[in-house]
Amino acid sequence: MLTFTCPYCGVHADETELAPGGEAHLKRFGPGSEDEAFEDYLFKRENPKGMHFERWRHAYGCGKWFLAARCTTTLEVFGTYPAQTTEPPQEIKDKISGKRPGWTWRLFS
Amino acid sequence: MSDAISPIGDRVTEAFVTVRGMGPRGMITVRGDLSSSKLKAVCTGLAGVDFPKAGHANCVGEKGLCWMSPDEVLILVPYDQTAAALKTLEQALAGTHYMAANVSDARALILLEGAGGREVLAKLAPVDLHPDSFGPGQFRRTRLGQIAAAFWMRDSETFEVICFRSVADYAFDLLSASAKEGPVGYLVP
Amino acid sequence: MSTRLATGGRFLDRARPVSFDFNGKRLRGLAGDTIASALLANDQMLVGRSFKYHRPRGVVASGAEEPNGLVNLGKGAKFEPNQRVTTTELFDGLQAASQNHWPSLEFDVGAVNARLSRFLPAGFYYKMFIHPRSFWKHIYEPFIRQSAGLGKAPKDRDTDTYEHFHAHVDVLVVGGGIAGLAAAMAAGQAGARVLLIEQTAHWGGRAGVDQPQIDGKPAQEWIDETVAALGQMPNVQMRLRMMGAGVYDHGYVLAYEKLTEHDPSLAGPRQRLWQVRTARVITCTGAIERPLSFAGNDIPGVMLASALRDYVVNYATSAGDRTVVVTNNDDAYRTAIALKAAGLVVPCIVDARPSPAGELIQTAREMGIRVEAGKGIAKVKGGKRVTGVAICAQAGEGAVLEEIACDAVAMSGGWSPVVHLWSHCGGKLVWDDEKVMFRPDAARGPTGADGALFVLPGGTANGALQTADVLSDAFAAGQAAAQATGHKAKGKAPAGSDPAEGPISPVWMMPQGAGISLREKMWLDYQNDVKVSDVQLAAREGYESVEHAKRYTTLGMATDQGKLSNINGLAVLSDALGAAIPNVGTTTFRPPYTPITLAAIAGVAKGDLFQPVRKTPMHNWHAEHGAEFEPVGQWHRPYAFVRKGETTHDAVAREVNNTRKAMGLLDASTLGKLIVKGPDAGRFLDMMYTNMMSNLAVGKCRYGLMCSENGFLMDDGVVARIDEDTWLCHTTTGGADRVHAHMEDWLQCEWWDWKVYVANVTEQFAQVAVVGPNARKLLEKLGGMDVSKETLPFMQWADGTIGGFDARVFRISFSGELSYEIAVPAGQGLAFWEALMAAGEEFGVMPYGTEALHIMRAEKGFIMIGDETDGTIIPQDLGLSWAISKKKEDFLGKRAQERSHMTDPNRWKLVGLETLDGSVLPDGAYAVASGHNGNGQRNTQGRVTSTYMSPTLGKGIAMGLVLNGPDRMGEVIEFPKLDGTAVQARIVDQVFFDKAGEKQNV
Repeated sequence: MLTFTCPYCGVHADETELAPGGEAHLKRFGPGSEDEAFEDYLFKRENPKGMHFERWRHAYGCGKWFLAARCTTTLEVFGTYPAQTTEPPQEIKDKISGKRPGWTWRLFS
Repeated sequence: MSDAISPIGDRVTEAFVTVRGMGPRGMITVRGDLSSSKLKAVCTGLAGVDFPKAGHANCVGEKGLCWMSPDEVLILVPYDQTAAALKTLEQALAGTHYMAANVSDARALILLEGAGGREVLAKLAPVDLHPDSFGPGQFRRTRLGQIAAAFWMRDSETFEVICFRSVADYAFDLLSASAKEGPVGYLVP
Repeated sequence: MSTRLATGGRFLDRARPVSFDFNGKRLRGLAGDTIASALLANDQMLVGRSFKYHRPRGVVASGAEEPNGLVNLGKGAKFEPNQRVTTTELFDGLQAASQNHWPSLEFDVGAVNARLSRFLPAGFYYKMFIHPRSFWKHIYEPFIRQSAGLGKAPKDRDTDTYEHFHAHVDVLVVGGGIAGLAAAMAAGQAGARVLLIEQTAHWGGRAGVDQPQIDGKPAQEWIDETVAALGQMPNVQMRLRMMGAGVYDHGYVLAYEKLTEHDPSLAGPRQRLWQVRTARVITCTGAIERPLSFAGNDIPGVMLASALRDYVVNYATSAGDRTVVVTNNDDAYRTAIALKAAGLVVPCIVDARPSPAGELIQTAREMGIRVEAGKGIAKVKGGKRVTGVAICAQAGEGAVLEEIACDAVAMSGGWSPVVHLWSHCGGKLVWDDEKVMFRPDAARGPTGADGALFVLPGGTANGALQTADVLSDAFAAGQAAAQATGHKAKGKAPAGSDPAEGPISPVWMMPQGAGISLREKMWLDYQNDVKVSDVQLAAREGYESVEHAKRYTTLGMATDQGKLSNINGLAVLSDALGAAIPNVGTTTFRPPYTPITLAAIAGVAKGDLFQPVRKTPMHNWHAEHGAEFEPVGQWHRPYAFVRKGETTHDAVAREVNNTRKAMGLLDASTLGKLIVKGPDAGRFLDMMYTNMMSNLAVGKCRYGLMCSENGFLMDDGVVARIDEDTWLCHTTTGGADRVHAHMEDWLQCEWWDWKVYVANVTEQFAQVAVVGPNARKLLEKLGGMDVSKETLPFMQWADGTIGGFDARVFRISFSGELSYEIAVPAGQGLAFWEALMAAGEEFGVMPYGTEALHIMRAEKGFIMIGDETDGTIIPQDLGLSWAISKKKEDFLGKRAQERSHMTDPNRWKLVGLETLDGSVLPDGAYAVASGHNGNGQRNTQGRVTSTYMSPTLGKGIAMGLVLNGPDRMGEVIEFPKLDGTAVQARIVDQVFFDKAGEKQNV
């Protein structure tokens, strides 16, 4: 039963107030894309033991989607941030680097 | 047109907290740029209260403004003033990107009267209702049992709870059941 | 015999006698007793039978770890099995009955199993019941079911009430012994918001029994002062009878509060399940004493040393007149001293250590108690009650040196910290060789959202055994927890002092060289009958992992979850494997700490509150007019309005026929209604729907299909263009919230620069479908807006009034009939419905339900989301290519529908199916093809998706997905039925009625 702070409304929300949305920062591939790129987009997901970036919706609250940087083993939350971005904020990446030097996740490090 | 029927009408449960079903209330969902002075002005003009900051509601009597999300505010007015309020909004915001939807009939309003209201809600919602954490002026959208709901405090002993119309009976019965079980003696001495 | 002592008893109120029933026998106890203490006071040592061998069982412990004393409690609606006598407080009129015996506790036929025990070793069930395979279903399984379970399942509905409560604190302290009190004091003084909970009815824990000195005064005095001081702190809350049941991620803790069980005169909920969110949990959960493994250690009268002195000190109850103490540590001497001080006889302390020394040993000797060092128990004598012990050299093989008559044995194998709550969320343990225990490994605990440890063990639960260490450790934990939540630590730890103790010596078997005949009588798990020899057998048979050995032997799988047996069992296993104890490790500690009721987990969510029921504004009218409801999502919709003398089937047929011939009303309020508005709304809807919505003219309606990004059809509905930048999207009844969330997802996470707002206004409106040839006549009679064909043609909408009601009228049809769907404000819904019913009487109006709706749409060949779709169906499968734009460059699902599997010409396609004999095809039936697949099953070539008896056509009609179906019109295929027969059906066009659509377009 995780808790996350919604970056939009500031509510420290219980997991039961949230809806999970899978992996964050997927890049959409539409008509005209190669089969392999489309397959990656639609089906291939990270399943890390460690740092992960996820989508959550504050479903029982303000209704907004946000993203969370979380360690799947220690459950440490390095931050939550609005979904209107294609990569994690530098501040959160720095925070992760402080504790997990050399971390990588997809294209980020 | 007949008089509007509220989904819970005048149902009342008397327990250590009184659970009271309320008649219809005018409610308008406004989505738009909440930083726009034009939008703020028309909202505060209609509700007669200051524009609320995030996580807050300013309500006086039947009127008020509730902060719903970064691009949504809920205007409360007496039920029979809803149509006029919508017209005022349309005139004021014409030409801007916004949405105003009448949701008066889509919602039910329930009052919790008594100091124990905090405990009745804390039995059902995963929210910190300690007086240091939640008080008059604040507004919380959350889960009440298995449904979505929102609440704020009219004063230190009165909560106003809103939920969707279709689950009004469930919400009323849920709050009544919790009230009937009596105080916990945790948030209220 | 066991009896009540004339004086003493910390918890007893001698002025308040109570009476209670045990196995129908009326017994007397005192207020403050547990069932266990009251039974012992009545010389009722025998309390139950073990699970496998039906061995006689007596009380062995005094707390939550009790494996034997389980009873069926209460009667009727209050009945509850498997209640521990050691933790159940006595009240006047309590009724308890022992379990797992027949015909009686004293004489149990099942005890024959014990005679056969040599043939019923570990793994017996696995070996016995696997062959022959055919015996399982009719012979073995019924036999096992018959003998499974200790208590009886309740038969009556539980009439008590239960509830939940959410609490948010800085520091939760679990355990109200001196460690918990000290931790709460440290955190409370620092200003943190603290909740302190204790599972029993008393503060102070074992210190109240042993009375060490704290801050220079007797422990009880310090406990009373501290409880009073904590009670004065506004930031500290204290609750008794509340157990920390489980620790979960991010400081979520379940706590189980018992409110009325100890006193039936109390009102209110029976139990309350607390969902606590805390920044830090301090586990001051103490320790549990370990039994020793010697032959006959399960005979009633053999008890934990600490339990014996608990009963004497707390309840003035002696378990026996003559008690032999057997130990490997100094603490058990306290029992000998306490018993002696109470005037009881302690013939001997049998100490396995060759040369015990320490202040407690000195005291015992000075009191004249005989101490036999380097000795063990070879064998306990007795059947249903201890009659004596035979002692031997611990170092030997069990040659009897002496027999000592006694009626109780106090055993102590040392103490195991209660690490359960530390471990629930992944906290690791370390083996302490010196203290002979697993204790929390402070470096490897569960971490919270802030990345720091959020569980802090304190006191004995952290391995501290001396009062001074317990207090300083717990106080430090309290300060650390307060500091972690932004508070400044204040004050200093209370100081404790105990007599100095000598070292414990690990003793896992007594005597050390015991042969098989002794090992077969050394019990590890009293409830499940697992013995030292069973664990050794498991090791020999290759069950080297502690988790495997547990499941093979059932060690620790009883209701007590191995609180007494786990450490002893794994020590035996590690010895048998020749491995060190830490290398073998423990089994996993899982919540709850002790069993909690399902009722507490359910809370108020039972009966009418089990699940929310969504009701339309006309719900009560429907209920009053014969509606049989069916759930659609959480909505309850009328399935049919059944009249007196009608079957449901009759009612459905009547509703269909009447709607087609005259007129019907459908409550369509549940259909989802989403407003989509903004300069980019058209562009957005073009992405959401497979067809074009941006070019829909204001005032018109269009049927649209919505696919997920992987191409599958997820929802459908009619879209209306309201004005230049506003659309109203109808969704299916169950789809409103999902589609709304889907739209918000794409707007927020992909096209966040598009100017579009969406609002779900489903419940703002009551919507009524007025359907049938007389529909227009009714609306014209009510008066108001022009609803003529010319002004409001098919697939258009208009705002206006009908009979004085503000209305938005859509000319859409899901039945093939002339049809108006009319939305009015929900608060007017009932009045509008009643107006339609009243005015419609002369036109033959009748309400109809969802089944009539389904039949009429099937007669017209319209698909239904959830019938024709199942998450694997694309619009192209359903002959809906006409609703897929060829012009649009992109829409959700377009790319996916280009995948090779989606364009495979062999995908099953939608067709109509007509049985040759007019019967109704079974729903979901498969059409068989020639040949068999790799699993030896018949090949299939299609399946039924919708099937009904059509009242309009007087025969069965169906739709189904069939291989190359649209190319096989007229062909007959076969559908096997469950009864072994098969039904032949012809592939036909799916539109069975009014193929030209003339009826709806008038």
